[in-house]
Amino acid sequence: MPNPMAPPRSFIWTRRIVLTLLTIFAVLPVYVMVSSSLKPLQDVTGTFRWIPARITVSPYIDMWRTVPLARYFVNSLIVCSSAAGLSVLIATTAAYAVSRYRFRGKREFTVVVLSTQMFPGILFLLPLFLIFVSIGNATGIALYGSRAGLVITYLTFSLPFSIWMLAGYFDSIPRGLDEAAMVDGCGPLQALARVVIPASFPGIVTVAIYAFMTAWSEVLFASVMTNDTTRTLAVGLRDYSTQNDVYWNQIMAASLVVSVPVVAGFLLLQRFLVTGLTAGAVK
Amino acid sequence: MGLPYLLLLPALAFELLIHLVPMVVGVFISFKALTQLYLASWQHAPWAGLGNYRVTINVNAPIGQALLHSFVVTCSFTVLAVGLSWLFGTAAAILAQDRFRGRGVIRAIFLTPYALPVYASVITWAFMFQYNNGLLNHVLHDQLHITSKPTFWLLGDNSFFALVTVSVWRNWPFAFLVVMAGLQTIPRELYEAAAIDGAGVWQQIRGVTMPSLRAINQVLVLVLFLWTFNDFTTPYVLFGNAAPQNADVISIHIYQASFLTWNFGEGSAMSVLLLLFLLLVTGVYLVITSHRRQHA
Repeated sequence: MPNPMAPPRSFIWTRRIVLTLLTIFAVLPVYVMVSSSLKPLQDVTGTFRWIPARITVSPYIDMWRTVPLARYFVNSLIVCSSAAGLSVLIATTAAYAVSRYRFRGKREFTVVVLSTQMFPGILFLLPLFLIFVSIGNATGIALYGSRAGLVITYLTFSLPFSIWMLAGYFDSIPRGLDEAAMVDGCGPLQALARVVIPASFPGIVTVAIYAFMTAWSEVLFASVMTNDTTRTLAVGLRDYSTQNDVYWNQIMAASLVVSVPVVAGFLLLQRFLVTGLTAGAVK
Repeated sequence: MGLPYLLLLPALAFELLIHLVPMVVGVFISFKALTQLYLASWQHAPWAGLGNYRVTINVNAPIGQALLHSFVVTCSFTVLAVGLSWLFGTAAAILAQDRFRGRGVIRAIFLTPYALPVYASVITWAFMFQYNNGLLNHVLHDQLHITSKPTFWLLGDNSFFALVTVSVWRNWPFAFLVVMAGLQTIPRELYEAAAIDGAGVWQQIRGVTMPSLRAINQVLVLVLFLWTFNDFTTPYVLFGNAAPQNADVISIHIYQASFLTWNFGEGSAMSVLLLLFLLLVTGVYLVITSHRRQHA
């Protein structure tokens, strides 16, 4: 509280207790993940121990052999970066239209696109599955079970938020800049490419990372729309527990490794995300 | 003059293909007797009229009974999980607003649950909830001796609380982030004026902070509600293909009803009912909260 007086003891003690408890709650799984990933198999099948009795890195080596983790990893990388790239491209042009033009149906467009966010995935999972199968039968383009099908599905998941956020970003760039470019003989698309995009680079990076993270964490569509060769990490991690033994140490090691790309992305994103949300809240 | 439409076209095309057309198709097949036999040529499945709806809402027959049970479970799960997520997030944001030593570190730590991929963190929770080798039974039974014997967390009655715990763990950082952003928009002068009037920190929170957060809370609670109600990933990763009765939330229920029996007609009917329910709740919620805000 921006208060000239020092806060009272009751406030300080409440703060200490509540924040400590929440910190423990937040990091507990991370601690379990890290410590268990360094234990030999006997030590994760018996009673849980806070401090590992023995430390080994073999789970990090064995995890690649127990299930085809490398293949899942590559699949996830291909699907998620393609989805993120396309999503950003599509969101950029759409956001430019929303930010710079007045046209009939603008409000309806924004409402419809944003409202698709509130519908449960299960709602379009069944029909989308059938549509993909039919498109495959009719045209020979395999969307069901392919990476392409997953890419076009995932890119729509991040579109609404990306358009909304980029439109806000573009709004903050003075129109005078693109008008000046147009006076110099640029068309609207050149103005977008040469002036608006460079000026809103942080926003575009944020949206790309957001789209990548959204795709990386998706489970529902991945569980239905992939087969053995196209399976992504989101579904592949379950394979460790369908064997006779549950390799908990390897599961924890794999969970940690698959988290690295998104945690790294999130750390980059964090600063922008807070400012982005603040901008949205002010509007 | 067509340029703005051209710029919107790709976004619109994909939204249509992945969201809007499937939604229409979903309504269409909810009136079809679409079973395994017709999967390859689903357009030609015979009409069922309202048959699928009749089966799914008949609470005297097993299918309708199970759906009603799942609906009740989902509602109680959502109310509890959203309430706790909101409470934790708001408390943390308000308490961590002031400058103090370690604030930056704490803020970063609070966002970890949000930064990890859901399936990786939920699988870790599943490990913590294990009967023989989990952390929770070790602490509650071996160390603190609170329970007389180890508890099955992922089976039976307790599965409901396991699901609530993981959902809250996953969602409260979002509430924290949003409320934190909201707090930055409250003008300093409001606090200063309250302080001059002799209000202490607690009165300022009650008199200035909470009323100023009302607009943000309206959206935050709605978003949390929709996410939690529709959450598929958490229960799916936590329980696998067979969710226990007490954690059989609606998205898992429809998923299993559709892909175990391949009766897509009934599955779609359930989905349409779910959509109608969500639209109704959202509409009523927005009307009530906006009304209250105008008269506050």
